[in-house]
Amino acid sequence: MIWNATVPFGAWAVLSGLLFTMGAAGFLVRRDPIVMFMCIELMLNAGNLLFVAAARYLGVVDGQVYVFFVMTVAAAEVAVGLAIIVAIFRRKTTIDVDEMSEMRG
Amino acid sequence: MRAYLWLIPLLPLLGVLINAWFGHRLPRRVSGAVACLVVFGSFVLGVAALIRLIGMPPGQRIIYHKLFPWISTGGFESAVALMYDPLSAVMVCVVTGVGFLIHVYSLGYMAHDPRYPRFFAYMNLFTFAMLMLVLADNFLLMFVGWEGVGLCSYLLIGFWFERKSASDAGMKAFIVNRVGDFGFLLGMMFIFAVFGSLRFHDVFKQVAADPATLTLTVTGICLLLFVGATGKSAQIPLYVWLPDAMEGPTPVSALIHAATMVTAGVYMVARCWIMFLNAPLALTVVACIGALTALFAATIALVQNDIKRVLAYSTISQLGYMFMACGAGVFAAGVFHLMTHAFFKALLFLGAGSVMHAMSDDTDIRRMGGLMKWLPVTGVTFWVGTLAISGIPPFSGFFSKDEIIWSSLAGPMGSWVFWVFGVVTAALTAFYMARLTFKVFHGQPRMSGEQKHHLHESPPSMAWVLILLAVGASLAGFLNIPPAIAHLLHLPERWTAAFTNFLEPSVGTHEQAVYLLEASVGGSQIGFAKLAHGLQHNAALEFGLMGITLALAAGAILTGRWMYVSRPGTGTALARKLPFLFRTLQNKYYLDEFYKAVIVRPGMALGNALWRGFDVLVIEGIVNGIAIATAIISRLFRVFQTGYVRNYAAGILAGAILIIWVLMR
Amino acid sequence: MTWLTFLIVSGIAVIFAGGLIFSRNAVHGAMCLVASFCAIATLFLLLSAEFIFVVQIAVYAGAIMVLFLFVMMLLNVQGQEGALAGRAPGQLLVALALGAALLGQAVWLVARGGEIISRPARIPAGFGSPEDIGTALFTRNLLPFEITSLVLLAAMAGAVVLARKAGLSPKPNGAPAGGKPE
Repeated sequence: MIWNATVPFGAWAVLSGLLFTMGAAGFLVRRDPIVMFMCIELMLNAGNLLFVAAARYLGVVDGQVYVFFVMTVAAAEVAVGLAIIVAIFRRKTTIDVDEMSEMRG
Repeated sequence: MRAYLWLIPLLPLLGVLINAWFGHRLPRRVSGAVACLVVFGSFVLGVAALIRLIGMPPGQRIIYHKLFPWISTGGFESAVALMYDPLSAVMVCVVTGVGFLIHVYSLGYMAHDPRYPRFFAYMNLFTFAMLMLVLADNFLLMFVGWEGVGLCSYLLIGFWFERKSASDAGMKAFIVNRVGDFGFLLGMMFIFAVFGSLRFHDVFKQVAADPATLTLTVTGICLLLFVGATGKSAQIPLYVWLPDAMEGPTPVSALIHAATMVTAGVYMVARCWIMFLNAPLALTVVACIGALTALFAATIALVQNDIKRVLAYSTISQLGYMFMACGAGVFAAGVFHLMTHAFFKALLFLGAGSVMHAMSDDTDIRRMGGLMKWLPVTGVTFWVGTLAISGIPPFSGFFSKDEIIWSSLAGPMGSWVFWVFGVVTAALTAFYMARLTFKVFHGQPRMSGEQKHHLHESPPSMAWVLILLAVGASLAGFLNIPPAIAHLLHLPERWTAAFTNFLEPSVGTHEQAVYLLEASVGGSQIGFAKLAHGLQHNAALEFGLMGITLALAAGAILTGRWMYVSRPGTGTALARKLPFLFRTLQNKYYLDEFYKAVIVRPGMALGNALWRGFDVLVIEGIVNGIAIATAIISRLFRVFQTGYVRNYAAGILAGAILIIWVLMR
Repeated sequence: MTWLTFLIVSGIAVIFAGGLIFSRNAVHGAMCLVASFCAIATLFLLLSAEFIFVVQIAVYAGAIMVLFLFVMMLLNVQGQEGALAGRAPGQLLVALALGAALLGQAVWLVARGGEIISRPARIPAGFGSPEDIGTALFTRNLLPFEITSLVLLAAMAGAVVLARKAGLSPKPNGAPAGGKPE
């Protein structure tokens, strides 16, 4: 029965790719920087998922260790990123990313 | 001994650092005292080392001290290493001793200058560089000192840079010196190419080991080195910067442009005595240039009216003497005159400074006269200097100048021609110095009432320095009593030519000179037959010639008195009778004008052509072209810089996709 | 680990991820993301990564998301943003095209690859336990671990400096109109 068959690694890869693509697309279309940030988190999680799946399918625990590192970096990134958003909001009273285009060439 | 040799140059460097960094925050008294004390410390160390040196057996009087390796690349090695031998010892003691006195004099002379610490920083820097020059044990380190003193000379000539003439004079000195330095540099490269080392010891050993085959090469090297010497020591044709250098403060003229730096060329030639003796042609050139310069500068000094310029031309003339002695193969005589000259010329310059101080910085001797009444100390000490430089016994100049004149005849490369030049120059020297002294200190006062009102003797710090230097100028000659006189007076052996004997390990004996000269011409086919003619032991001839010189010098001084005190106006009348000669001398043989027409103008024209043609069109074209191209490309690329994060993110994602696609294929 | 459980759990993760992208309200989006993270955590559990499962719940769905919500409340921005309507309308097309390309690549990679592992490896009993992870972390990966601490330190300092009021507020007296800085 197909429903009881073992899932191959490819399924995990496709799932990971799907989540990553959704995160990337979300990042591209949204204008609220907080939501954009959350999309980045989604992309990172997609990456994590692939790491964990690979660790399981290869039987090597190091994949899970990398996830640990990714999470740490993500936490650091969120802390700094949100601080930047707060600082920008203080200055401009808006956090619409389209308002922030002073660096135009 | 080794342990503190390095302190000799280091102390002045310490003074530089203190005065350059903290000088403006320190009280003036402290800043000046530091500068004087460090030089005095070097002097004490130098004398201590000298005593140590005298205590050693004559053949081993040399101390090496390698401080640290400096450049070490492939086949080239050079270390910061010091060497203390009799020649270095003499130079160190002169530089620091006279230098210290001049530093003390500057305390009073520069007291009202706003850039007081800077002046002392430069003076200390000069002392440091000069000490490196004379203590170096290789050509490269010597060149460092050589360039260092040139830099300090430039800085100090242009010390009052608000005056255009002063900054111009500084640049002139620097540029003219560069010509000479180029020769030195080429000579140094030549030395390295031939001998594979720049250490004095290695090079000289190789030359001494094989004089016959190396002669041609060494002649080339020596001529190049001598080009450097003519620049630094203001000889024909590169002497033009020294008279202009008088724009600097007078202590600078005394220290750098009379006593020490300008003698660097003589020192260098004496240091390389083995090489020069191996190159008779180069030695002849040295002697000829020296003799010509001595006479030439002395004639110009006859008619100058600026007190410092007279002394400047006299310095050039005396340096010519030193080179003449070296060229005749008697280096000790040149170095001895270097030492006595340091005393009496520093004395004369500082006396001139004292006069200027009293005359509110007026330097024109036509407006002076009768100053003896107001400036007794300056006047008397100035007279000591005048008698010394004129070669009147028992002042130091008599001994040194007489030795040079005698050497120019009796030296291994001596000749009657040089002797005639020497004697004529001696007479001229006595005459122009008498003219200067009589016009300044005797006769009717010719200054304005305003100036007369301000006339005053210099402060004690300056007066005492003059007195000390006068003592030195009087007595230094007794260090080197010629054998003939010593024999006549039955003086003990150790009084006879003590200085020459002390110096001989560094600059060679008569016998060594003769041996090297004969070896370098490969036998005697050219004829150095007279080398061994024993002229140097002919006491009767020596006394006779000495008498001629003395009589001429004394006569010249008396003529000077007659012309400028008894019958003022004789000089002017004479000038009117010989207008062409007078104008030629007054304009220094139009040599400055000649250089301007032949070198400066074409140089400017070439420079202008290169500037307008090559630089503006090609170089600027390339530079601006790059800038314009960048601007155009940037205008293209700035379209991508929308300022929207999402565009950048899309770019990143597209790039990622592209990379994956490339990897996937 | 069968297709059934995989499809159910991953379906939940994907649906809530979609919720994040399409929700007009940022707070709703955040809640969707929490749900999606929980689903992904469940997938971790299915992949015998117990420790990561816990960390995912505690750190991601817990701490980080709380931080997001906290900032949202701090800034109190109303959800007036049109979800898919940017000022550059072409952006939606670009996003769709790039997303499709990326996904296509992923699928194509999987479909093409003959050597892709079809079944999980045999694993020892303690695989993915805190002990296992700790051993790997503090032995083979000690240097990266230490560097991580530096990253965190730098992030902490950076966040403090950025959020400080004094250096950043251009107008010392009087808050900007409509702004509530603290």
